Amino acid sequence: MNPVNYLYLASLLFAIGATGVLIRRNAIVVFMCIELMLNACNLALVAFSRMHGNLDGQIIAFFTMVVAAAEVVVGLAIIVSLFRSRHSASVDDASLMKL
Amino acid sequence: MSASAVHSLWTMAADPIDKIDAPKIEYGQLSPMLIVIGAAVIGVLIEAFVPRKTRYHVQLFVSVVALVAAFAAVVGLAARGFGTTKAHIAAMGAIAVDGPALFLQGTILLAGLVAIFTFAERRLDPEAHGNRVDSFAAQAGSVPGSEGERAATKAGFTTTEVFPLALFAIGGMLVFPAANDLLTLFIALEVFSLPLYLLCALARRKRLMSQEAAVKYFLLGAFASAFTLFGIALLYGYAGSVSYATIANVVEGNVKTIDPALADTMGNDALLLIGVAMVVMGLLFKVGAVPFHMWTPDVYQGAPTPVTGFMAAATKVAAFGALLRLLYVVLPGLRWDWRPVMWGVAIVTMLVGAIVAITQTDIKRLLAYSSIAHAGFILAGVIATTPDGVSSVLFYLAAYSFVTIGAFAVVTLVRDAGGEATHLSKWAGLGRRSPLVAAVFAVFLLAFAGIPLTSGFTGKFAVFKAAADGGAGALVVIGVLSSAIAAFFYIRVIVLMFFSEPKADGPTVAVPSPLTMTAIGVGVAVTLVLGVAPQYFLDLAGQAGVFVR
Repeated sequence: MNPVNYLYLASLLFAIGATGVLIRRNAIVVFMCIELMLNACNLALVAFSRMHGNLDGQIIAFFTMVVAAAEVVVGLAIIVSLFRSRHSASVDDASLMKL
Repeated sequence: MSASAVHSLWTMAADPIDKIDAPKIEYGQLSPMLIVIGAAVIGVLIEAFVPRKTRYHVQLFVSVVALVAAFAAVVGLAARGFGTTKAHIAAMGAIAVDGPALFLQGTILLAGLVAIFTFAERRLDPEAHGNRVDSFAAQAGSVPGSEGERAATKAGFTTTEVFPLALFAIGGMLVFPAANDLLTLFIALEVFSLPLYLLCALARRKRLMSQEAAVKYFLLGAFASAFTLFGIALLYGYAGSVSYATIANVVEGNVKTIDPALADTMGNDALLLIGVAMVVMGLLFKVGAVPFHMWTPDVYQGAPTPVTGFMAAATKVAAFGALLRLLYVVLPGLRWDWRPVMWGVAIVTMLVGAIVAITQTDIKRLLAYSSIAHAGFILAGVIATTPDGVSSVLFYLAAYSFVTIGAFAVVTLVRDAGGEATHLSKWAGLGRRSPLVAAVFAVFLLAFAGIPLTSGFTGKFAVFKAAADGGAGALVVIGVLSSAIAAFFYIRVIVLMFFSEPKADGPTVAVPSPLTMTAIGVGVAVTLVLGVAPQYFLDLAGQAGVFVR
């Protein structure tokens, strides 16, 4: 199969993730959509790696996984502390600071 | 038949595996980053093993020693000529050791040191149960207003984790402007962003606001870095490598033989343009340029004020350093494409920052919009695409970072019963009540406005001159106009402080420890020295303005 198809799939996943970030209201779901975007990046990197015949892309994909894991640690800590003090994880409710 | 002979029926000897060469790492040249990140790791161990009562002092000591040692290492490298003649690429092509990198690392380290002083301030809040407290939550995990929070406060807990977190952030920021391939760029971006998200959530007062700021910063920051990463993937597809030099070669069309099997990807301009747009978008998010500025006011307002000062100064330095290197080292061959876009971004950034700031009523939000306007001024220098452009941006960043930390340090001093009194109406008549604090703040505001004899004037003059010489005259006109608009609201705050009657229930000005005094004093000193006698520092920035490729 032509590896370019994987790029189309990666772009599609990335677009789905970005749309989710923009339209979903629950912080956890927004965060999952961001993780989907990161995974789309991984797919694109691995596909390009296959096309170019070098390993750089696959190595970057490993780094991305580590970064995504670190982001989960930090992000969930912040979102859970927000949820515990407000009893809501909605990003619309968090609006103390508006002009 | 012997065993080995049977085996040889269906196996054969493979070629001996080639030796894998160990990578050559120039530890000496990477020492500034290694020292800071090493100290951050030690800081984590201190949290684990040192008794709670002494942690604050040990952490502060380790942080200050590490930052001073790293700064000495930067100066040593610069003195040995790594900033000019011996500039080269270290760590197997991952890190550039050259003039802009060393200059910005020095700036980040000094700004970080001053910021650490404001982090460590413990005399502003009244003592809680006989324990001195700083600006950070007693226990970040406790729910605001709960029994657990009261117990933590009573027990005298403090969040000393802020010191290693700040060191990790500084470590990432040191790598960011020196990153010489896209992978290092991305990892450095995450290494300095993740601790900043956490630091934002740790305010002692107004904790709901602080947590809200952290969530907003985190979600938007992670969103932006996902875009950066997809851009990196596309650029990798375009050039087949993430190294800056290789990508620059492909951009300039120096690679003659393109494998026919790669005709779809290698050298495909769609990949290049979309990839560059996405990577630059991530960097512009970090510098807070319009239209990626939405997070700035909320995060600056909600974060603990020492963190705001640190973030406003050091993040901007690091992110502009990375942006400069990307545009000047990787993409000079594409400048006819990125310059018009950056023109637009610079113009809207300057105008939106200056105009929206007029309507603000909170001093921290006001400074946030002012920082957006300043991002626009610095972008004008970036657009110049001349050696002068680089050195003017370096100078502007150094001047701006100390003013910012000083200004936010002054904001921490003006307090009422609810903590910091950040509403502008509370600042009315401050000049009558405490002339010194108001005068210092006025100096910082004049520097932001770019009045002569302050560092702000020298910096603005340098970037606008570079932009005009680089053929961006119209941009300079708009820059001067928006400086005039911005001067209006800076002067308005000065008038409010000195020429209106203090209110009866106005805020008090806390007397800080020598730590915050040092931060403010350094801010004033740098502002005046760079304003009155800038030549030495302009020369320094001029010498440092050459990238290695």
